[in-house]
Amino acid sequence: MIRAFLAILRRDLALATRAGGGGELALVFFLTLVVLVPFALGPDLNLLSRIGPAILWLGALLATLIGLDRLFQGDEEDGSLDLIRASVLPLELAVLAKGLAHWLTTGLPLALCAPLLGLLVALPGDAMLPVAATLLAGTPALSFIGATGAALTASLRRGGLIVPVLVAPLTVPVLIFGVSASNSALGGTIPFLTPFLILCALSLAAIVIGTIAAAAALRLAE
Amino acid sequence: MASLTELANPTRFMRYSAVLLPWFSGVALVLLALGFYLAFFVAPADYQQGETIRIMFVHVPAAWLALMFYTMMAISALGTLVWRHPLADVAQKAAAPIGAAFALICLITGAFWGKPMWGTYWVWDARLTSVLVLFLIYLGIMALWRTLDEPSRAGRAVAILTLVGFVNVPIIKFSVDWWNTLHQPASVFRMGGPTIDASMLWPLLILAIGFTLLALSLHLVAMRAEIMRRRVRTLTIFEAERLDRLAAEGAAA
Repeated sequence: MIRAFLAILRRDLALATRAGGGGELALVFFLTLVVLVPFALGPDLNLLSRIGPAILWLGALLATLIGLDRLFQGDEEDGSLDLIRASVLPLELAVLAKGLAHWLTTGLPLALCAPLLGLLVALPGDAMLPVAATLLAGTPALSFIGATGAALTASLRRGGLIVPVLVAPLTVPVLIFGVSASNSALGGTIPFLTPFLILCALSLAAIVIGTIAAAAALRLAE
Repeated sequence: MASLTELANPTRFMRYSAVLLPWFSGVALVLLALGFYLAFFVAPADYQQGETIRIMFVHVPAAWLALMFYTMMAISALGTLVWRHPLADVAQKAAAPIGAAFALICLITGAFWGKPMWGTYWVWDARLTSVLVLFLIYLGIMALWRTLDEPSRAGRAVAILTLVGFVNVPIIKFSVDWWNTLHQPASVFRMGGPTIDASMLWPLLILAIGFTLLALSLHLVAMRAEIMRRRVRTLTIFEAERLDRLAAEGAAA
């Protein structure tokens, strides 16, 4: 069972990282979004540094959601989803493996690059690490809430915008606590740990709920 | 529960609902007429909020109904996934636009009330934002209904989404409360009895029941329309298959 789990994980990682896999696209999209914001708001560094965590979080959220419709669609099209369904591995664990692979190829790189992009929005140096930490803790929630949306639309030929429309309202709590934890690192009355721990709790809950719901959706879509 | 099982037969549901519908809508009309009369001509203006308080007579029932219909959809979703009740997904599909409409009414009347009272149509206050997110979830559910063609499959997919949303709504409420708060706390359902005056409470309750019955009548109509639509769909498929068969026989002969 562990072997099947690792096999799916390794396969998805390989698919994402090799040429044409699109794993790096989320990162490029993230960069583009962060670059676009100053053009819309003007180059005022004080303003940008104040809303920097928000920009980084919004960018990460959108970069995660945009590519999500492909999470199960490719497997549905080439039939490997049927093989996964028929294997001894419980569908929940297969979803967990795919979600984990998705996070490792989008959420994790986004979080690691966030300090670098923080320079672009004049994020103060002592806020870099907390912002990266909140992204690290919060992006699993995005991947797994998104996995539910992706599973629901796996059989659609063109998912496109429907996944972000379904999923975005459900990510409001993650966004709130992610940005609020980042901002509390910049100063303010709330200690950093309070919203950060709630963010971790949201992620853990999302991993459980998202996995179960996505597996149920895939099972029903047969 | 026995009556619910009985209603699993669509024909029987059509018969019962045809009997119930005139009563529901009739009583709804009477209650709404009475409630609006009381609200506009009998209830006094508020000593602080003036005439704008009358907006509340629509706003508050709309907010209740937006939440009630989502709860009903979540129960229907359980009915689809757990009990496999054949009408549960019909009920759920019919409920989504009605709930969304009441959420929208709640938002719009709230904006009209907010302009004179808070000096702005919209503030990013916790309760307003929660209802807005609820409205977005309603829209997402309706969008998913539209993208999946096959009704039973769409029903199960939407049921999962509804339940995930249902788990999320309290979390969203909690996090938005954390985020910002300006709206007044609940004043009807609370410990120690309602804090609004009886002259306003009565029209509010009458209107709330009237709106609920109106919403239920709309729900029944929408369910009946959906059952009819599915029958037409099935008949069309049968007819197409029959024509196909005829054509195949004709070609063979």
